[in-house]
Amino acid sequence: MSKTAIELVDVNKWFGSFHVLKNINLTVDTGEKVVICGPSGSGKSTVVRCINRLEEHQKGTIRLDGRELTNDPKSIASIQGEIGMVFQQFNLFPHLSVLENLILGPMKARGQSRADAVEKARHYLARVRIPDQADKMPGQLSGGQQQRVAIARSLCMEPKVMLFDEPTSALDPEMISEVLDVMVELALDGMTMVVVTHEMGFARKVADKIVFMDEGEIVEHAAPDMFFSQPKSERCRTFLGQILQH
Amino acid sequence: MKSIGLLCLLLLGLGGCSSGTWGWYVIDPTTKSGWVNIKFLISGMGDTILISIIAAAISIVLGLIVALPGQSSKRGWRIVNRVYVEFIRSIPLLPMLFWVFYGLPIIFKSMGLNIPIDPFWGAIITLAVSDSAFTAEIYRSGIQSIAKGQKEAAQTIGLNYAQTMRYVILPQAIRRILPPLANQFIYIVKMSAFASVIGMQELTRRANELVVTEYRPLEIYSLLIVEYLILVLVISAGVRWLERRMGSDERL
Repeated sequence: MSKTAIELVDVNKWFGSFHVLKNINLTVDTGEKVVICGPSGSGKSTVVRCINRLEEHQKGTIRLDGRELTNDPKSIASIQGEIGMVFQQFNLFPHLSVLENLILGPMKARGQSRADAVEKARHYLARVRIPDQADKMPGQLSGGQQQRVAIARSLCMEPKVMLFDEPTSALDPEMISEVLDVMVELALDGMTMVVVTHEMGFARKVADKIVFMDEGEIVEHAAPDMFFSQPKSERCRTFLGQILQH
Repeated sequence: MKSIGLLCLLLLGLGGCSSGTWGWYVIDPTTKSGWVNIKFLISGMGDTILISIIAAAISIVLGLIVALPGQSSKRGWRIVNRVYVEFIRSIPLLPMLFWVFYGLPIIFKSMGLNIPIDPFWGAIITLAVSDSAFTAEIYRSGIQSIAKGQKEAAQTIGLNYAQTMRYVILPQAIRRILPPLANQFIYIVKMSAFASVIGMQELTRRANELVVTEYRPLEIYSLLIVEYLILVLVISAGVRWLERRMGSDERL
């Protein structure tokens, strides 16, 4: 069961002269749920974006299912199709209806028939609990609904891994839980997930491992109970004190 | 807009009534010779429209072909784009027209090719190439105005570069660049008047020819201006209709 899905070995990245990622080592097993947290600017989004090659790392190795990420455009395209990604800003295609957003990838990247793609799209729309919005435009939906459509859009590609980059940070408070509920369900179904989030309740509930990052380094990683009850580093204690005090 | 056009006509007409400077008889539709003249002038409309539409269509395709390398991450491609745009847009239309019409056939001949360039295609090639540098810049601004997240989202669902452009970026960009593209089309319609100097029988050429036989430049050129005015007003109305239709799809 504990097959390695994602492996980062000594990954380093610079934006110009700014060292954003410093010797990142991280292993995510198949079916495992990893939550990455940390103060803003700590490099947590960059880690996730390196995993699906939206950003390029300069040193170190990233392996997905044992295959190393290289610059070969073909391998990048095939990897990107296997890794689902949910963005903070949803990034739905505003000129396409919800259904068209969902079937675009399966039809154009995978060459599936329209009928198959539509059937699958409706299945996943039901799963994220918005079966009735298929023909609406993204702009007509609430933020929470848009983010759930974005999750469904990723699921339609039947990814092996789902990455979430602060999926609830752009949402109004009352919409956060509807998105988190969908993510919890996904986790319970056994999806391999890497989630960048400040939602510590979610982390406590589903995470197998919590990674705390600060200034481009992984400062601490631990199982949730250990992480919350006995944080080892001072930086982590400060951070938890700040986000849990309210 | 339309009322301004009518007002202009009215003013010209009144001018004709009040003094002897005007000789409207030359294009008076109630007389036989006046009607013949009007028909002669207006008959250039077809070619003006045809040249403009074909040139604009070529320019829209050519502009995109030129614009895309400008978006490349490879420096060499971007340089190709910059050189084309800077070079083409620095050439005034009239010299380019002469070069294409009189010069290009010599090049073809030296290459052993027998490709004649008639006034019709000479005008179209010149207008299209000249305009494509501007169209390319319009595409560039349109593509750049689409948020980076759209491209990234397209990548994460496995779309390649061409698919991302075709299904995600360009459909959104086209709505934003429609107004400036329409501006360029109006520019082409007006610049097509230059085709008269290489003998193309369009609106301006007809007016010139009639002036030579009738000696009534004021009236004939006045009518010519009104012809272009009507043409541009019709295009503007068409573009506004198109914008409303496309805009209503997005519902943002």
